[in-house]
Amino acid sequence: MTPLTGYLLVAALLFSIGLAGALTRRNAILVLIGIELMLNAANLNLIAFWRYGPHPEALTGMMFALFSIAVAAAEAAVGLGLVIQIYRHAHTTDLDRMNRMRG
Amino acid sequence: MEGWVPHPSCFLRRVGNGHKRRERGGLPMSIVFYLLAALTLAGALAAVTLKNTVHCALALTVAFAGLAMLYLELDAQFAGFAQILVYIGAVAILIVFAILLTKGSETPKEGVYSKNSLAGLAIAASVFAVLGWAVLESARVLPGSGSAPPTAPAITVLQIGNALMGRYVLPLEIVALLLTAALIGAVIVAMQEKEGAK
Repeated sequence: MTPLTGYLLVAALLFSIGLAGALTRRNAILVLIGIELMLNAANLNLIAFWRYGPHPEALTGMMFALFSIAVAAAEAAVGLGLVIQIYRHAHTTDLDRMNRMRG
Repeated sequence: MEGWVPHPSCFLRRVGNGHKRRERGGLPMSIVFYLLAALTLAGALAAVTLKNTVHCALALTVAFAGLAMLYLELDAQFAGFAQILVYIGAVAILIVFAILLTKGSETPKEGVYSKNSLAGLAIAASVFAVLGWAVLESARVLPGSGSAPPTAPAITVLQIGNALMGRYVLPLEIVALLLTAALIGAVIVAMQEKEGAK
């Protein structure tokens, strides 16, 4: 197994764990945790391809990962703000009980 | 350092024998990689399976730290430290705050998994099957599998700063705008009810 294959397999496993968490948990915060894990798996892919790619000095994959980290931080802030607001409104973070959009 | 230009004969040789030569920097897959991968995956698995939500957040921090060390192992120092600063320093703390503000640490009576969790598990397993199959099938033609060993790129923070201020200045400005809008939006979304109640 080459190093790149190893990193890609780890990233694929991490993505699948995040997807399983996002799809199976009830708590909205746990779903956000799963989404964060998926974003991190994508970042690991980007950095691994940057490291073993033909032109690492062009910094493309590294920059992509850095911007991806920034966008993920914005996503986490807005997502957790929404979860807190929904909790104030419905007094639950259970996604199975949030089945209507009307207040 | 000049770019890695594959010679035509290089391709023939690479397709011919599937496995690779030993790299310059030691073993192809070092023991450090296995340890870090096990740490990261164990943290991620604990983060999505534990019952107590606070424990989930702590396990998520372990997974983030493992990922940061994987970045360091990949010679991406800047990305590794950015990962530590942003994820462990900000996102994990934000998640802990959200858990405490929503009483999310109480385990619900009907269990932590949703009604259709089996379908979700099946979807995740099939996604992993497809991804793993794609990675293993394309292992021969991926970069880094050839006879040209990739050397560790010597990237300094100066180069990253030059790239950010030069070639990537427009994405940088867009990200700055996005972060400002997201933070203002998060504050407004989270504060609205309070203003109305007063």
